[in-house]
Amino acid sequence: MTAGIDLGHPQAQSVRSDEDVVRVRQLVRTVAVAVKLSLVDQTKVVTAASELARNTLVYGGGGSVEVATVENGRRKGVRIVFADSGPGIADLDLALTDGYTTGGGLGLGLSGSRRLVDEFEIETSPETGTRITVTKWSR
Amino acid sequence: MALSTEESGRLAALLSGQADRVTSRWTEIVTSSLRGRLSQAELRRQVQDLHSAIVATSEQGDIDLSADNAAELRAALADLSRGRARQGFSATETTVSIFALKDVLAELVQEAGGANALNDYVAFAKLVDEMGLFTFESFVRTRESLIADQAEQLLELSTPVVKLWEGVVAVPLVGTLDSARAQVVMERLLQTLVDTSSPYAIIDITGVPAVDTQVAQHILKTVVAARLMGADCIISGIRPQIAQTIVALGIEFGDIATKASLADALRHVLRLSGVETARRQPRRGA
Amino acid sequence: MERVPILKIGDILLVSIQVDMSDQTAVQLQEDLAERIVDTGCHGVIIDITALDIVDSFVGRMLSTIASISKVLDAETVVVGMRPAVAITLVELGLSLNGIRTALNVERGMELIAAAHADELDYQLDDDPDAETATP
Repeated sequence: MTAGIDLGHPQAQSVRSDEDVVRVRQLVRTVAVAVKLSLVDQTKVVTAASELARNTLVYGGGGSVEVATVENGRRKGVRIVFADSGPGIADLDLALTDGYTTGGGLGLGLSGSRRLVDEFEIETSPETGTRITVTKWSR
Repeated sequence: MALSTEESGRLAALLSGQADRVTSRWTEIVTSSLRGRLSQAELRRQVQDLHSAIVATSEQGDIDLSADNAAELRAALADLSRGRARQGFSATETTVSIFALKDVLAELVQEAGGANALNDYVAFAKLVDEMGLFTFESFVRTRESLIADQAEQLLELSTPVVKLWEGVVAVPLVGTLDSARAQVVMERLLQTLVDTSSPYAIIDITGVPAVDTQVAQHILKTVVAARLMGADCIISGIRPQIAQTIVALGIEFGDIATKASLADALRHVLRLSGVETARRQPRRGA
Repeated sequence: MERVPILKIGDILLVSIQVDMSDQTAVQLQEDLAERIVDTGCHGVIIDITALDIVDSFVGRMLSTIASISKVLDAETVVVGMRPAVAITLVELGLSLNGIRTALNVERGMELIAAAHADELDYQLDDDPDAETATP
């Protein structure tokens, strides 16, 4: 994990409905613009956030998202934490495989969004649910 | 690290008591180190700015360079180092302007004498050191951002996207393609497709000496992205070595159109878009 | 819930997505569009996504589904106006939008539909005027 110092206050958004997923996208975009990510990088991190927030809603039964800015020397970035207290992911390796889905989707949510960000961490267990942390750095 | 309230009070008194003498002496020392590359008047102004920032800060009580009440002082120092970095001065030439204050202070403290003289001088010198380090830091930061800006400008210079025909744009790639540059070129190409409403793009890699897997992947992704947007890409000018690399690396070019030369690629595109090219007329007398 | 409007221009249905759609809005659009294709008997659908700053897998899947549904209903779907950053992101995400025709803008999309339709008419006139399924 890269050491980073938080700038400002992390923004929180609960994820309970479809509309909340839209709000997460808007929140992440605002922060991504603030840390001056390139347009392509903004698009990538917002898309990843959309996928992961939907996962939080659909598979985790709802949860919360926290968006913060991070800094590492000259580079700034966006760090997003998706947390739910759902059933967790039974087989992580399988879940990270392209095209694997238990929910009737395209199976690109986890595996695809991992490719869209620079850092991707996942903690999951049946007791505590799933917690995914992603970071996108400016270039 | 910081100066106590009494110490900074004495510092303020020393500096503001003979303000003119301090700035003159300070300017004098700095001038000799810069060998006339800045005018006396400009130096004097810079030194006066610093001087008043230090006095203002020390009059507020204890000085800690990292504290909130030293913001003005930090700004003055950053200002100085930014200016010097942009004018091409070295790090030494920049920080000497701060360290010169030590000599001035030594003279002043010696004259004033008193029981605290040694202690005071040590404390003041420490503060000057801190200021010097801070200046050095901001000097380096400015230089780094200058370099980053230049690298970016270079990137822009080296990636032209040209319109070849109505509805056809081309990127002639020249030189080594690293991942960052490949990415910039590709983004620019896709944006040009939108801006010019061109459904065809030719990526000419005649001038590219070698490609690695990552660069080949970038080109492939661009072709796929262009298709998603409703445009077709043709790759032209693949050198024999590059063709071998592509095959050896096992990169699938699939159904992407490749042509030997830019001219072939253009002819191919024109045929696709239904443009009739004039038949070659037999030359008279040839 | 917001609804995406569907406009009829000649023989074409034009859907210009202007809002950051929730998943529900996307599903609603899919249903509305199927209904409008049948009601109007249009043979072309243009979905303009110029205003969309992201397309995630859910919207991607919706676009594919719309294309498939309209194909069944004998209408050609063209997705137009995808932004470069969106296209780059989709490629990275691994979404290929199979079976969807795309064009740079509405104008080019209309040309594409007109061409497809003209081919079909030619084919019917040349070979068999009564042919129902004449897609080459």
